[in-house]
Parts: sequence; C-alpha cells; structure tokens
Amino acid sequence: MAYLPDDTPLPEPTPDDYPYWESHAARELRIQQCADCGTFRHPPVPLCSRCASSNVTWTQVSGRGEVFSYVVVHYATHPALKQAVPYNVAVVMLEDASDVRLVSNVVDAAPEEMRIGLKVELFWDAVPGDTFLPRFRKA
Amino acid sequence: MTTARPEEVAAFADSCAIAGIGQTEFAKRGGITDRTEFHLCCEAIRMAAEDAGLDVHDIDGFASYGPERHEPVLLQVALGIPEIRFSNLVWGAGGGGCTGAVMNAALAVHAGICKHVAVYRSLCQGQYHRYGQYNPGAVGGSYMAPFGLMSPGQKTALPFRRHMHVYGTPVEALGHVAVTFREHAQTNPAALMYGKPMTLEDHANSRMIVDPYRLYDCCLETDGAAAIIVTSKERARDLRQKPTRILAAVQASGEGWGMGPMGSNNMPVETYHTTNAQPVARHLFPMAGISPQDLDCAQIYDAFSSIVIMALEDYGVCEPGEGADFVMQGNLRRDGGKLPTNTAGGLLSEGYLQGFNLIPEAVRQMRGTSLNQVADAETCLVTSGGGGGHKSALILAV
Repeated sequence: MAYLPDDTPLPEPTPDDYPYWESHAARELRIQQCADCGTFRHPPVPLCSRCASSNVTWTQVSGRGEVFSYVVVHYATHPALKQAVPYNVAVVMLEDASDVRLVSNVVDAAPEEMRIGLKVELFWDAVPGDTFLPRFRKA
Repeated sequence: MTTARPEEVAAFADSCAIAGIGQTEFAKRGGITDRTEFHLCCEAIRMAAEDAGLDVHDIDGFASYGPERHEPVLLQVALGIPEIRFSNLVWGAGGGGCTGAVMNAALAVHAGICKHVAVYRSLCQGQYHRYGQYNPGAVGGSYMAPFGLMSPGQKTALPFRRHMHVYGTPVEALGHVAVTFREHAQTNPAALMYGKPMTLEDHANSRMIVDPYRLYDCCLETDGAAAIIVTSKERARDLRQKPTRILAAVQASGEGWGMGPMGSNNMPVETYHTTNAQPVARHLFPMAGISPQDLDCAQIYDAFSSIVIMALEDYGVCEPGEGADFVMQGNLRRDGGKLPTNTAGGLLSEGYLQGFNLIPEAVRQMRGTSLNQVADAETCLVTSGGGGGHKSALILAV
C-alpha cells in the first residue's frame, strides 16, 4: 500500500517534463541538467537559467538526501486524504544535484520523528498507472 | 526625516493619492446569498467613488490582481463608464499582486493615461471554490499534489518551519500575532471576528491544521468586496476626502523564486525562509525617502500568522531572526507597540479579500478615522503576498 491513498491526484506530465516522470516507471530518478554548463534544474524548464542553453541531459542521481523542511498535515484538503492524516510532507534536498529539492514524503517517519537534517534515501512507492513516485525512507 | 529619492523614480514617487475607499459588508464564506460576487464588486466601486466625491462615471481605468473574476469591460457596462482607458491585472495567482495593482493604477495616472482608476477585489468563497482546499489548476501541481501538498496553509508552513530551524524561532510567536489582530478586531464591527475575543490559551488549544499551524493561524474564508480610487495628488486635493499620498509603490520578486513555496520549493537556500519581500523593501524605502524605523503603522499581509513574522524581517522593521521577539514583545499592538499592525483585524480576524481590505484600513489610519487610530500616524506600510514569488507593497502618507 502506497503512503497516500490511490485516489490522491497523480502527476500530469507535460511536453516540458515528461522525461522526468517517464523515468519513474523504470525506478530511476533523473534530474534535468544543462548539457552545456552542467547546472541542475528542477522542476524541468526549457532553458538553463545560468547559460540559456536548451540542450539537456536527464542525469540519474543517487536518491540520497536530507530533510530540508517539512510539515505534518492534520487537516486533509482533498477527500482522498481524509483517512490518511496525519501524514508528513518533506522538502528533501538531494545530495548530488546542486540545490535541487523534491517535495515528497518520508514514509517510515512518525510525526515526532520528523526533523530538519534527517538523512533519507529514495524509496519507489507503487502508484496506480504502473508507475512509481519518488518517496523517501530514513537512511 | 525624508531622504533624497533615487533620481529615476523621483517623479513617480509621491505623485498620486488614494481619494476614495469603499467596502461591502464582510460575511463568512457562504454568508452572502442575496447578491452575486459581481454585484458586490460593483457596489464596492460605487462606494469608493461616492467616498471620493466623484460620480462613478468619472472612473476611466480599472486595475486588479490574481484570480479576480470580474473584467473591466463587464464593470463598464454595469457602472455606465463612458470610456475605459486602462484595464490591468497583475500576474500571479495569489495576493502578492494586491498593492501591485495600486502601483499600476498610479503609473497610469502619473503617465496621464487616465484620471481616476478604480482598484478593486471581489471574492466570495461561498459562491465559488474555497482557497483552502485542493485546487486542480495549481501551477506546478504535479510536483506537490501527489505528495499531499495542496493548500496554501500547508505550503507556506514549509518556509516557516525552516525559519524555526535557522533562527530558533519559537512556535508560540504565531499565537501572539493571531491574538493581537483578534484584539484589534474587537473595536471593528465590520470584522468577522468582532465580538469573539481570543486568548493565547484559546489559540494554543485550537486544533492543529498543518503542524506548525493551528486553526487560528489561518485566515478567514470570506464573502465581500472592496475598492479604492487612485488619482493624482493634485486632483485628490479638490475632492471630498483628505488625500492619502502614495509615497512609494513597488512590485518585485527575487532571482530563482518562481512560485516559491506555492511551487516546488526550489527557491534559493539563502532566502528560503523569507517571504521574498526583501527585493520589494530594497526599492520601496528609497522611493518613499523614509526608513522602516520611520513607519507609524503597518498593514501586513497575514493570510497566515507566520508571514507577519517573516515580513517584519524582510521589510527591515527588525533584523533577520528577530521577528518572533518583536511580536512577542507586543510591538504589533495598537496600544504601546512600536509598529501597530493590522489595526482592523487583518486577514486573520477582519476578513480575507486576498489582502485588499488592508488598503482601506491603511487609508483610514492616514485620514485619522480608524477605529483603532494610531495617534499622529503619518505613514503606513501596506504589504501584499506571503506564498508565491511575486510581492508588492505601498508606503502611504498623510
């Protein structure tokens, strides 16, 4: 069973970011990187903010990181989540992609265990549509 | 203690004034059923014109922001405006564009494009969707909603959590903000929380919404509308009310912010735990020719109580990390505070028109007619926005 219920809204890929989401089906976390100057960027955007190049690579990263900030949701704002509260939402700073952060969840951390600086590692959580979402576990 | 203004903005600064204010009654979401949101919008604009001593047909421009629904061409028909010369909406989904709309109105007047611009905002969360619930159209929603990050409260709590970590900010500071504004609402019969006083204990016992926010850290859901009339300082002198001068008006967003906490949270690490209003402040005070310490009162965007603590730091009222101490020492209070703030109750206790109702209260302070009048107040800061990237602010003066 996934961390959040199956009827939680799923990502809606666009022409700008489908390689990011597509990599999840293969359980690969690929972050958009400028092919010319090497700057990572997230979420994906058409041009590099540093050098304005539109040449990109989708670079696989380790999935190791730490909690940069977090909240614990007690009041659900979507019908699907009424039974899921309390759940955490963490902003995870990836270890090897400049300052790129992912909004995600730490699936095995109780509310009182959450703290900034908590070391986490990638966990592929199966969701509807034969794909996975990048969530995290305590490292 | 006015200082010299930067040459490039010297002509625009202090060139315009707010000549009229209007607001409908405020009701809890769903409380207004006899008139539509559009009807309220028209009423508020008519009231602002009347307050200024203008015929509503004298309006020749319109400005608003965010997801305002009622377009100037429709207002033109309803109000019988002979000709529209300026019609403008500030980009950005949220309240960050609120005082930016006033800036745009003033720019149009200063340029001579038009004479009397109505700046307005109407919002009936009871007639349309609730801002505190999941919004399927949110920009960048794919990066948030699948992980359960859906409402502005959940999103803006993230930078504040980081603020708590970086500065050791006590979570109790939130209660001091909420309780102070609730107290201010007790003299304002228009406020939704009029007659409902609150103690720090009440706040601490209210239910957790999204840790660290409790119920009373979150703004109200309101039905209502408000409007102001912006004109030149010279024209305003000939109208009914004492003009409220617009000393400075600024919009800005810092590099890399994008939608900030309302998006993927990839804004710069160094400014993550701010409201991204530092760029606004950098331009605002030089344009006004005063310093933050010269302010007599303030109306600070308080969609969530945390935003006030962070904004006080961003605007230089206090040093970074000192916002919590500032509010816990009672400095937002009308009686004895260094900077009496949200004197009508703010978005937390008066009503939530996505920041707009802070402007009429700032004008009342400058006219000397606030129900929580700050003695001898001559300047007032008005800020807009707390979540997404775009921010704006005004400095008003008598």
